[in-house]
Amino acid sequence: MVRLKNSKQLQQLHRQLAAARPAGRPAVAVCGGTGCQAQGSLSLSDAFRRELKKRRLSKKVELRLTGCHGFCERGPLVLVFPQGVLYQRVKAKDVAEIVERTLKKGEIVERLLYQDPQTGKRIAREADIPFYRHQQRLVLKDNGHLDPTSINDYIAIGGYQALAKALKMGPAGVLDEVEASGLRGRGGAGFPTGRKWRICGSTPADTRYLVCNADEGDPGAFMDRSVLEGNPHSVIEGMLIGALAIGAGQGFVYVRQEYPLAVERLELALEQARAYGLLGAGVLGSSLEFDVTIKRGGGAFVCGEESALIASIEGRRGVPRRRPPYPAQQGLFGRPTCINNVETWANVPHVIKRGAKWFSAIGTAGSKGTKIFSLVGKVHNTGLVEVPMGISLRRIVFDIGGGIPGGKQFKAVQTGGPSGGCLPESKLDTPVDFDTLVAEGAMMGSGGMIVMDSSTCMVDVARYFTNFLKFESCGNCTSCRDGLIHMHRLLEKLCAGTAAPDTLERIESLAETIRRTSLCALGTTAVNPVLSTLRHFREEFVAHLEEKRCPAGVCKELITFTIDADKCTGCTLCAKNCPQDAIRGRKKKPHTIEQDKCIKCGICRDVCQYDAVLVK
Amino acid sequence: MSPVRQQTDELPAGLLERHQRGDAAGLVDLLHDIQAHFRYLPRPALEAAAAYLELPVTRVFEVATFYEGFHLKPRGEHVCTVCMGTACHVRGSQRVLEQLERDLSIASGQTTPDGKFTLEEVNCVGACALGPLLIVDGQFQGNMTPARASRLVGKLGKRG
Amino acid sequence: MTVTVRINDVEVLAEEGESLLEVALRAGFDIPHLCHHPAVEAIGSCRLCLVELQAAGREELTTSCNVRVEAGMQVITDSPLVRQQRAANLELLLARAPGSARLRALAARHGIQAPRFEPPPSEGIQNCILCELCVRVCAMLGHDALGVLGRGEKKRIGLPFNQPAASCVGCASCAAVCPTECIRVSETPQARTIWGQSFEFAHCRSCGAPMLTERQRQFEIEKNGLPEDSYDTCESCKRQQTSQRFAAITW
Repeated sequence: MVRLKNSKQLQQLHRQLAAARPAGRPAVAVCGGTGCQAQGSLSLSDAFRRELKKRRLSKKVELRLTGCHGFCERGPLVLVFPQGVLYQRVKAKDVAEIVERTLKKGEIVERLLYQDPQTGKRIAREADIPFYRHQQRLVLKDNGHLDPTSINDYIAIGGYQALAKALKMGPAGVLDEVEASGLRGRGGAGFPTGRKWRICGSTPADTRYLVCNADEGDPGAFMDRSVLEGNPHSVIEGMLIGALAIGAGQGFVYVRQEYPLAVERLELALEQARAYGLLGAGVLGSSLEFDVTIKRGGGAFVCGEESALIASIEGRRGVPRRRPPYPAQQGLFGRPTCINNVETWANVPHVIKRGAKWFSAIGTAGSKGTKIFSLVGKVHNTGLVEVPMGISLRRIVFDIGGGIPGGKQFKAVQTGGPSGGCLPESKLDTPVDFDTLVAEGAMMGSGGMIVMDSSTCMVDVARYFTNFLKFESCGNCTSCRDGLIHMHRLLEKLCAGTAAPDTLERIESLAETIRRTSLCALGTTAVNPVLSTLRHFREEFVAHLEEKRCPAGVCKELITFTIDADKCTGCTLCAKNCPQDAIRGRKKKPHTIEQDKCIKCGICRDVCQYDAVLVK
Repeated sequence: MSPVRQQTDELPAGLLERHQRGDAAGLVDLLHDIQAHFRYLPRPALEAAAAYLELPVTRVFEVATFYEGFHLKPRGEHVCTVCMGTACHVRGSQRVLEQLERDLSIASGQTTPDGKFTLEEVNCVGACALGPLLIVDGQFQGNMTPARASRLVGKLGKRG
Repeated sequence: MTVTVRINDVEVLAEEGESLLEVALRAGFDIPHLCHHPAVEAIGSCRLCLVELQAAGREELTTSCNVRVEAGMQVITDSPLVRQQRAANLELLLARAPGSARLRALAARHGIQAPRFEPPPSEGIQNCILCELCVRVCAMLGHDALGVLGRGEKKRIGLPFNQPAASCVGCASCAAVCPTECIRVSETPQARTIWGQSFEFAHCRSCGAPMLTERQRQFEIEKNGLPEDSYDTCESCKRQQTSQRFAAITW
């Protein structure tokens, strides 16, 4: 790789590389995201390589292992070009057929196509599949097409052109553009990005830092991971543009330690960018000097919080600091530091390339652009979706998500992770953006969207989140640390049917103290899961409290497993699998569960083929 | 997955030098490198790290105990991690954890007395669409059920 | 730079950047605080020094120990909200340290007789409120023998590797600053036992009284480059010797 001495050389390289990748060229893109990898997509990719070699098609057909393509429920995913056909749940044994029929003959292998559960129709082109059709993929657009280990792929599709344009615009021009675009931080707080850049850039200092927050601690969220693993250069380019605008010489990407693949991909991308002279001194021949270092987290949710993240980079325990002063004025090593989320940085090249006017035409008045969500839980089409701000929850869960599997009823959708809240069916038409969800007691957060059905107990959900936060609290503040311990105990008592009559009032009172007197956002928002479930599902709490009953049939101490004698065939499968030896019965005769031995593990219900296990 | 280390707590040559001497900010990364080698953080290694970074050993120990990713005790030959993220929870990860606790006769966070298995939890690794997720020796196993988890771990136990 | 702030409608002078709590205490306002000490950096752990603060167009309920004073700040130290939340945090603290007489008295003054919570589980010292004063003071004195271990519900004060610390000199400064007096120290004329170690005393060469631990004596000598026989006479004998020397001067 030869150093690119200026923008002109970048354009030349781009034209050269694009010419070698003509649009009509046959290609196979195997999804190499973590989800598909866990389902064997790496060996699938090898199988393709071998088959193409066997058929002497290696030179004619390009094989690419890409980043997460989003439709995780249906992985391993394979995209075939130029047709744009999406094959799902592909196995190694399907490879020969795909190569023979689709690549060679242009035929479609029907059985590997996505099938619409409503109509039964098989859909061939990715663009026509409802999951994709209703999305607006801006940041994730190239995830299914790029080999994230190849900077040339990125440059071929126009990568680093936004940087070249930004260098021409100059720092003031870039600041104006980003501000005008209305881009707001994608990590959860939604602070206007342009304003943060301006504050940071105008604070006098001998040096300034940029940080990419890739801690992504919200359980259920994997948007940032997929961007880093699937298109790391988009983040690097965003940071370069930020460095120019703010006057920063060094950047850090703080990646949580649970994402080793993201660290690997990023390291490689940084090396390649350096080799091309896109990082380091004299970027593209300009006076910009900027490089990026990766810092790994140690495993602490609180380090997603700005000031705790800074402490962690400084080698200390991740304990937050009181703000003001804000990191943009006084942050890492005491210097002005601009911390933005992965998705925020990845949006920047688009803002510069297409312009603020184009960007701000997407979304709502207060929330511009798109947002990536990880749509997971009790929903048909789990995966990553990118939609314009302002789309309703209903459209995301039903049109894109395909609704609830197993014939169950929608109950709630949880957004915003442990800082967020649950919304019931009556709120499904709420538009999703920074401000409207907050009015309903929830928040958009970083993008985790967990769908729950009638078999989810909302008191158990409140307990789950409170338990999580109690474990993740840094422990500095009495109100947060001890408040959460006691709140969790009260919720446990509710789930066990041993709660005192004043439990709900005591929970609300504790919540008030935690919310009003904790130092950082982990504490102040820790009450949201409990308060939102109390607000929208109070009758469930009351049932647990007053009737010692769990309507969803989840809380162990409040449910009983029995066998329906009418449905039981006496197959003995449950008795054989019961870990407590608690099921009695003769072959071909109805069985019974000994209640004093039953630990409510649910295995009998899992193995029963006759739906004979009742849970009340 | 790296094999069980022999019980020599000597730091391999060059490990410390990959980091800047006296740079306290390098502590977390240095701890990761030490753990990558030993699969946990032995005391002598932590003392050497403190000396190299010119930090009081107490500060190093504090950081080692603050973060979930660092282990101060040796771990089992096989590490089974159940993801307890929200998406996995909603799909029943608690039952998978309880099954493994029963099978291995240990509580989450512990290692079996024979040193074969460590059972632990993690708060989301970002493979949410595959939940419930069980990670065995670094390999992701999705769509887990208590029965499947039992069989998986049982097979590892027999292999010796 | 000297600035003016208003506390409970009273104008108070302060140096810009000072701790708001220290300014208020100096001006005579009674703000309860347990984890603050002027010699070490504030961490805002106990949450008792709450005030309502109006600054730079923002209003908030905040701890005052870790607020740096700026011109124009307006502070209320005793509103109903402040009292309510202070009491709430006192109740949480008392649940954690029911054995502390001082904390019980402070809580009683705020209307808290008995906490409605069971003590949280703890692997650390009994009646410790995790205020980290002992750790901060130990670090400030240059010993770094105590650490804040774990986090969240597992947070506790402890020793490196859970073993007696080589750097401990037995000065017992930790016990002296502890707001709930929960650090156990036992002493004989020969030695002091603290944090799992016994430290021999250095004795006054005149009267033989125990003064400081020998380890602490050596630490101070080394740190400050002093003569080997420093700290060999107790304050009382030193005063006596000095006054004898004065008396011996003939005018």
